[in-house]
Amino acid sequence: MRRFLLTMLTLALSGACAMFTIAAQAKESVKIVFIGPLSGGNSALGLGGRNSADLAVQLRNADAKAKYTYDLVKLDDQCKPDIGVQVATKAGADNGIIAGVTHYCSAVAIATVDTYHKFGLPVIVWGAVLPAITYGNDYPEIHRVNGTMINQNEVNAKLVSGLGYKTWVIIHDTTDYGKGHDEYFTKFLTQDGGKVLAHFGVGADQQDFTAILTKVKELNPDVVYFGGLTPIGVRIRSQMDKLGVKAQFEGTSGIVSDSYIEALGPLAEGTIAFIDGAPIDKLPGGKEFLAQYAAHKYGEPPEAYGAYAFVAANLIMDAIEKVGPNRKAVMDVLGKTKDHPSIVGPVTFDAHGQNVVPIVTAYVVQDGKWVVWQDSDYAKGKRKLVGGK
Amino acid sequence: MDPGVLAQYAFNGLMLGVIYAMVAVGFTLFFGVLDVIQFAHGDVVMAGAFVGLATFIGLRALGVHAPALAVIAIACAAALGMALLGALIARYMVLPLRAAPPFNTLLITLMLGSVLRELVRLFYPNGSNPQPFPRLLPAGALNFGNFTLRLDSAILLVTGIVTIVAVNLVVTRTRLGLAIRAVAQDSETARVMGIDFERVVLVTFALGSALAGIAGVVYGLYYNEVNFDIGLLLGVIGFSAAVVGGLGSIYGAIIGGFLFAALQTIGSVALPVSSAYNNVFAFAVVILLMTWKPTGLIPEKSSERV
Repeated sequence: MRRFLLTMLTLALSGACAMFTIAAQAKESVKIVFIGPLSGGNSALGLGGRNSADLAVQLRNADAKAKYTYDLVKLDDQCKPDIGVQVATKAGADNGIIAGVTHYCSAVAIATVDTYHKFGLPVIVWGAVLPAITYGNDYPEIHRVNGTMINQNEVNAKLVSGLGYKTWVIIHDTTDYGKGHDEYFTKFLTQDGGKVLAHFGVGADQQDFTAILTKVKELNPDVVYFGGLTPIGVRIRSQMDKLGVKAQFEGTSGIVSDSYIEALGPLAEGTIAFIDGAPIDKLPGGKEFLAQYAAHKYGEPPEAYGAYAFVAANLIMDAIEKVGPNRKAVMDVLGKTKDHPSIVGPVTFDAHGQNVVPIVTAYVVQDGKWVVWQDSDYAKGKRKLVGGK
Repeated sequence: MDPGVLAQYAFNGLMLGVIYAMVAVGFTLFFGVLDVIQFAHGDVVMAGAFVGLATFIGLRALGVHAPALAVIAIACAAALGMALLGALIARYMVLPLRAAPPFNTLLITLMLGSVLRELVRLFYPNGSNPQPFPRLLPAGALNFGNFTLRLDSAILLVTGIVTIVAVNLVVTRTRLGLAIRAVAQDSETARVMGIDFERVVLVTFALGSALAGIAGVVYGLYYNEVNFDIGLLLGVIGFSAAVVGGLGSIYGAIIGGFLFAALQTIGSVALPVSSAYNNVFAFAVVILLMTWKPTGLIPEKSSERV
């Protein structure tokens, strides 16, 4: 009996010692947050971003050299500013969350800058293009890896006016995002010699555009430019066809998504749009990113801004590896980012935390896919856009 | 202004108007028969659209591709499904509360509307995203100058008008309609006369909800898209239209529906402000109309005599 008890005690003690050693060797767990539109009309892009950020975290956790284990907290801002502020507050108030990969919708991103500043939570924006998010304030917490709509619209205006079109009608949503696009596109287009016949502001969840499009039909422009997001873009394009409005349709980064093409089918053909950066497979690290993404078998594609979410997550984790899980220290490190290598090329944040991204890529929908303009049949003259250009 | 463009505006307004009128007629029927506001009615339209969509997907999975058959099938599925839903709402939510102040029924149906919306958003596959609705009607258009008359839109307009007229005929020319009007006028006397009160209420709700189901399918076929929250604004607009026209009068509801659509169209294009304010304009005018004629443009003629 005594021998039995002695054996049991020894076993228990060695078990406990083993557990202590393992625990001592386990890495500290650090939380970072991802916020994007995971539901609603823009969810395709939000989910692409979420999966990409998750990929970055999983690859880092599989890396034995990493000092910490990362835990990605995923929050849904539903592309609504009031919900965005709620989840931003939730993330900011949780002291376990060290930094955030935040927002695709500009209207939400601009609404939450004050929240992040209040909580001292450093964030990197991965998809919102409104310039005021970084340039409208002096908060050291706010950074952004993707470009702004200023470059986008400059390139846009130059390209389409260069195609020979003369008159435009601009339809934009009434959020800061849509209004920003209206402002910058009008400015650059007028400089390039184009004429804007009318501007129409529409609600971000408006359903019926038949009245506006009837007026557009009356004005008979060469091109209809849409500054807004995919759900409205789909409705406008669909109702343009319904009313027989024969103009070329073009948009911004807000409609560059697979869900635009899926919803419209053949009507999407020939739509022109622009995004900051290059298509993922043409990015410096793009091919490996796509290979890893496929290997992890996510249910949704990375979409136009997934690569940026990936980069943002990695920048944050690199900072945490360097200075530890401390919000202020991470913020300081991020602020000093210069020529930091990433799959989108070297990242440098300027004084406002904005990554200087010189590339803007033009796309056109060809045969059910977004194709880079320069590579498309339209640019090569094999196919014609509306208006015969 | 170019007559073609004017015709286009008119046609767009008519399409919107017929959808609003269908919703408004439901509200007015329910108010007429039981003096209750069924505030989930807009969401019943949405549910009808989704039932139609689900039926289409089911038919396609079974290998049925003929569009004409599909249209009839989804319209019937939506109408019957919503008739059932309407009857259930009447049986379990409206009738039990008929002794309580009508405000309670308004509240409970308002909450039901929320529940319907969230059920679709959470449990329909990919429910929180807009769903493309199939194009089942013949394509093809007639061009009269600047006015493009699409065949599918014309069919939908005619369908909407025919269904409203049909409901009106049921209410004014059939025995069932007579029973409905009797209960609406004086439910106690109607009961004394041998009319089965509960059955009439159930049938009225079923009828109004079936109309809503068809409205949902018309909406889906017109916009080629439905999502879980179309019912919210539709319900508010339908209710306002019914009130402005005169709650309890079917003609009032029809007038109210088309009036609201006309106001929205004017607000979209004739005002100097952004077209996003078209609803603001339309509702503002409705408020003014109601202050001028509080009981509606066609007020209920019967008065309560004690």
